[in-house]
Amino acid sequence: MSVDVLAVQGVSVRLSGRTILDRVSFEIAPGEFTGLIGSNGAGKTTLFRVILGLQATSAGRVLVEGLEHGPRHRLIGYVPQKFLLDPDVPLRARDLVGLGIDAHRLGMPVPSRTRRALVEEMLHAVDAERFADTRVGQLSGGEQQRILVAHALIARPRLLLLDEPLANLDLGGAQEVVALLARITREQQVAVLISAHEINPLLPVMDRIVYLAAGRAVSGTTEEVVRADVLSELYGRHVDVLDVHGRVLIVAGAGEDTDLAGHEGVFPGAGIPG
Amino acid sequence: MSHFLSPIFASGFFESEAVHIALAVGALVAIVTGVVGVFTVMRGQSFAGEAFGDLGTTGGAGAYLVGVGTLWGFVIGNLVAAGAMEVIGVQRARGRDLATGIVLGAGIGLAALFLYLYTSEHSTTGATVTILFGSVFAISSATIPLILLLSAVVLAITLTLYRPLLLSSVSAEMASARGIPVRLVGAFHLVALALAAALAAITIGTILSTALLVGPAASALRLTKRPVTALLTAAGIGIAVMWLGIVLAYDSYHWPPVHQGWPVSFFVVTLVFITYLLSGIPEARRRRQTGRNHAASSAAQPATPS
Repeated sequence: MSVDVLAVQGVSVRLSGRTILDRVSFEIAPGEFTGLIGSNGAGKTTLFRVILGLQATSAGRVLVEGLEHGPRHRLIGYVPQKFLLDPDVPLRARDLVGLGIDAHRLGMPVPSRTRRALVEEMLHAVDAERFADTRVGQLSGGEQQRILVAHALIARPRLLLLDEPLANLDLGGAQEVVALLARITREQQVAVLISAHEINPLLPVMDRIVYLAAGRAVSGTTEEVVRADVLSELYGRHVDVLDVHGRVLIVAGAGEDTDLAGHEGVFPGAGIPG
Repeated sequence: MSHFLSPIFASGFFESEAVHIALAVGALVAIVTGVVGVFTVMRGQSFAGEAFGDLGTTGGAGAYLVGVGTLWGFVIGNLVAAGAMEVIGVQRARGRDLATGIVLGAGIGLAALFLYLYTSEHSTTGATVTILFGSVFAISSATIPLILLLSAVVLAITLTLYRPLLLSSVSAEMASARGIPVRLVGAFHLVALALAAALAAITIGTILSTALLVGPAASALRLTKRPVTALLTAAGIGIAVMWLGIVLAYDSYHWPPVHQGWPVSFFVVTLVFITYLLSGIPEARRRRQTGRNHAASSAAQPATPS
C-alpha cells in the first residue's frame, strides 16, 4: 500500500477566538483528483495555507508523503486564485514557467538546453506554446492560469493545489479548464486538490470530494458525500440534494431560512442551471 | 583626434582628472541604480526610492555638521530609514506608503535643522546645494574605495537574490508557497535600494537621485520583455544619460551668455525624462497597429457570434 500524498489529521485553526477550521480530516492518494467544495468563508483558503505550511494549526497535523516536517514546497505545487501582474513587468510566459524550476535558489539562472527543453515540454503540456513569448501581464486570465499551472508542475510536485481556478468562468470555460486539468494531472501523475464553490463542473472528474462548511468537513466519494443526510448533518440543518439532468443542486429545505451564518445563503452546487 | 571632436568635447575634457572620476563613478552608479531600479519599479517601491532620496538629505546634512564624508551621511541616513520603514511595515502594500510618509516627514524635519545649524555656523549655502543637487565633478578620489565597496555590496545582494526576488516581486503568495522567505528577501532588497540611493545621491544629489533609480529602469521595462535584458537595458540607459550629461555639463562652461557651467544633475535628469518619453513610442505604435488590425478583422467578419 502506498503512502497518501496528503493526510490532514484533525486540523483545527482558531484565529482571534474564531474557529476557522474544526477538526478537519481527509486523505488524498497518489494521482487522485480531489475537489475541495465550500462557500466563501468556509475555510478553503485557510486549509490551503495550512497544507502549504504557511498557517499554524491549533490542533492536528498535516502529513505530506507521510512526513510532517521538511521541505513541503518541493512536493507541493500551488496555483493562486488571483493573479494580477502589471503589463509592463518584463516577464514572458516562458520566463515564469522557468522560475518554477528553481525560484528558491540563489544566483542567476544558467541557460541550458535541458532547462529550455523542460520549459518547452511544460508549455506544450498546458497548450501554451502560442503565447509563450508574450508578457505574462498581457495574457488573459485563462492564459495566465495555464502558465501558472505549468509553473507549478515543472518542479514535478506530488500534489497540486489550485485555489478557485474556476471562479469568474462561465460554465463552458469552467468545463474546458477542468478537462485540461484532468488531462495534465493524469499525464504528469500528480494528485490534485482543487477548491471551488460550485460542485458541478468538477463532478465528471472528481475521485474524491472534501466538502467544507463553516470550518467542518466531510470527505469521501461523491456518492458518499453529496447526499441529503450527510450534508444536512454537516450544515446542521435540513438540506435537499436534487439531481437536475445530471447536475446537482443543493438547496435549503422548504420553509427554512436560507440565511446561514457564513454562507451568504448560497449553497455550493446551487448554480443557476444553464 | 581632439581636433575632430572639439565641437563635442571641449578642450581639456580628456585631460581633467575630475572628468575621469566623474565618468567612471557615473557609469558604475548607473549600473548599480539600473539593476536595483528594475526590481524597485517592478515591486512598486518607487516611492520608497524617493523617500531615500529625501532622507539622504538628512544624513548628508548631518555628515556636514559633524565633518565626515557626505557619502557616509547618505549611507547611514538611508540605512536608518530602511530600518524604520521595515519596522513600521513597508512590506505590506497598504502599510507601505504610510510608513514611507511618516519616516519621510520626520527625516526632512531633521535635515532642515541640520542645514540651518550648518549654514548659520559657516554662513554659506554650499552644503545645501551639494547635498540636494549633487556634484559629480566634485567627487574626491578618496571616496572611490567606498563607492566601489557599496556598489559591490548592492550588486552582490541583488544578483544573489535574483530568482527569489523576481518571483516574490511577481507574486508574494507564490513565492512563499515555494518556501521563499519573502519578508527577508524584501528586507535585503530594501537595504540594496538604500545603498543604491546613497550612490545616486553622491552623483546627482539627494533630491534628484530617484530619477536615476526609477527613470532608466522604467524606460527599460517598456522596451524589453525579458528580466535579464531589462537589467542590462536599464544599466545601459543609465550609463548613456550619465555620460552625455557629463559631456554637456562640461561643454556648458563655454555656452553663452554667462560662460558658467550648468549643473550636471540638470542634464542627467532631463535626459532621463526624455528617454522615458521616447521609450513609450514602440508600445504606442504596437497598440495603434493592433487597433488597426482589430478594426480590419472586425470589418472583414461582421457579426461573428462569440
